[in-house]
Amino acid sequence: MWEALDDFYWTYQSLIHAIGVNGILALSVYVVLAVGQLSLGQAAFMGVGAYTGALLTVKFGTPFAVSMIAAAAVPALLALVVGGPTLRLTGVYLAIATIGLGEITHIVLLNWDYAGGALGLSGIPERGGVWAIYGTLAVLLVGFTLVARSRVGRAMEAMREDEAAAGVMGVNLPRYRMTALVVSAAMAGIAGCLSAHVSSFIGPGEYGFESAVRILSYALLGGIGSPVAPVLGAAILTLLPEVLRPLADFRLMVNGLIIVLAVLFMPRGILPWRIARTG
Amino acid sequence: MSSSSPLLAVEGLTRRFQGLVAVDGVDVAVREGTVHGLIGPNGAGKTTCFNMISGVLPPSEGRVSLDGHPLDGLPPYRRTARGLARTFQNIRIFSEMTVLENVMTGMHARLTAGLGILWRSPAFRAEERAAKARARDLLGFVGLLAAADHRAGDLPYGDQRRLEIARALACEPRLVLLDEPAAGMNPAETHALLGLLRRLRDERGLTLLLVEHDMPLVMSLCDRLTVLNFGKRIADGTPAEVRRDPAVIAAYLGAQQAEAQTGAVPAEASGHPAEAAR
Repeated sequence: MWEALDDFYWTYQSLIHAIGVNGILALSVYVVLAVGQLSLGQAAFMGVGAYTGALLTVKFGTPFAVSMIAAAAVPALLALVVGGPTLRLTGVYLAIATIGLGEITHIVLLNWDYAGGALGLSGIPERGGVWAIYGTLAVLLVGFTLVARSRVGRAMEAMREDEAAAGVMGVNLPRYRMTALVVSAAMAGIAGCLSAHVSSFIGPGEYGFESAVRILSYALLGGIGSPVAPVLGAAILTLLPEVLRPLADFRLMVNGLIIVLAVLFMPRGILPWRIARTG
Repeated sequence: MSSSSPLLAVEGLTRRFQGLVAVDGVDVAVREGTVHGLIGPNGAGKTTCFNMISGVLPPSEGRVSLDGHPLDGLPPYRRTARGLARTFQNIRIFSEMTVLENVMTGMHARLTAGLGILWRSPAFRAEERAAKARARDLLGFVGLLAAADHRAGDLPYGDQRRLEIARALACEPRLVLLDEPAAGMNPAETHALLGLLRRLRDERGLTLLLVEHDMPLVMSLCDRLTVLNFGKRIADGTPAEVRRDPAVIAAYLGAQQAEAQTGAVPAEASGHPAEAAR
């Protein structure tokens, strides 16, 4: 029995890791969407976290816990810098600013020789692994469910529905927006650090605009009514290309078709139900 | 607070939109424990005044103070904490939430739970329980208790207006700004609303400032009126005084005549102050 499970894990380990990491990324974009903002910087935050953690581990030999904390803190600081001027405003300014952040991050990583430049950073020792990934995901899921079922969750949903009315109800809008972005960036950074320490190699190409859109699509497919929904979306979108592997050349086409149909017929996500907020 | 100084003092409030002066040096003094009406033809600047008082729109000039403390420059959430609440002309409830959750969202500024949320501290649970009980009380007060768990967006129009009032009361305000609470209501609903608003003043000791077009409601409810026309204050006084004011009669008749000429049905046709008096 254990042997069979072991075999299964070794065969599919990169997929199992990816589902967990993408689940954390989906939660990170959910936090921002949940207050009615749009961030396209999740891939950049992830990349900054991945490089911060991996550089510390590879070049300075820090313990994994230290790399993880730094991988959360540096993107969080970056979020403070980007959020400061943009989050006082209503509308799409955050989305635009985070696209810019993504491009800048990409160019910096590409040209930063100390971090390997275009060749990336290799030889990252394996740390954390499947337990760290799924443990983090579980803690975050429980945490967000508890927050959703509180005055903070009600305030967040109110902001999403009608920002001006939420403000008149006493919600400190700039503070909520900023906290959401900082928490979201820290989570993406943690996801990056976890994933870097199970894949031995990271490169600047993994954290571009395409990845930002992919992360956003987890939450769009799953829905944002409850924290579980985006995680489910991430699991489906990570598994789908693998399940469709027998289709060979038609794989990407069918993959795209399924996503288009899902968004057309389930515009509020696969799990559209909202969490009760009076618990 | 002495009985002579007003609870809400608005002085010289002005708002210009690219050359258009929507509100022009308006003064309003609302005394504690009264219902004060802000009336005037469409486009007179009443809702713009509300937006400036509640902090949604920054004024070009002028001052607003609540109980002697200036509110100028404060964002809406700080004004809510000081004791200001409002409803909106076009209903703005959170329609995906339940009726009860809407009211509990109104309590946001009064709830203090912090990190205890993450481990369900006894303080958090006690606060949440108390908030829910208070929200149910408020729903009972406005007559919506039976609909507590319904999706707010599914409520009939008149009930949504009452929910908005309950949500504003949840802010524990001293002054409530009501933007056309009777709009779209049938006569029976309007009559019930009149009773509800009187109870807010008489039983709960609240002060109300309302914008309203339903003149019979305004005349029988309000203790004092301020009349705006083209952004300027043209009259201020008791309903009886305002009704006789030549400037007010001219403003309303002028509006009626202008609309009659274009063939439109004037919104205030049945609401002329002088007619309501008869």
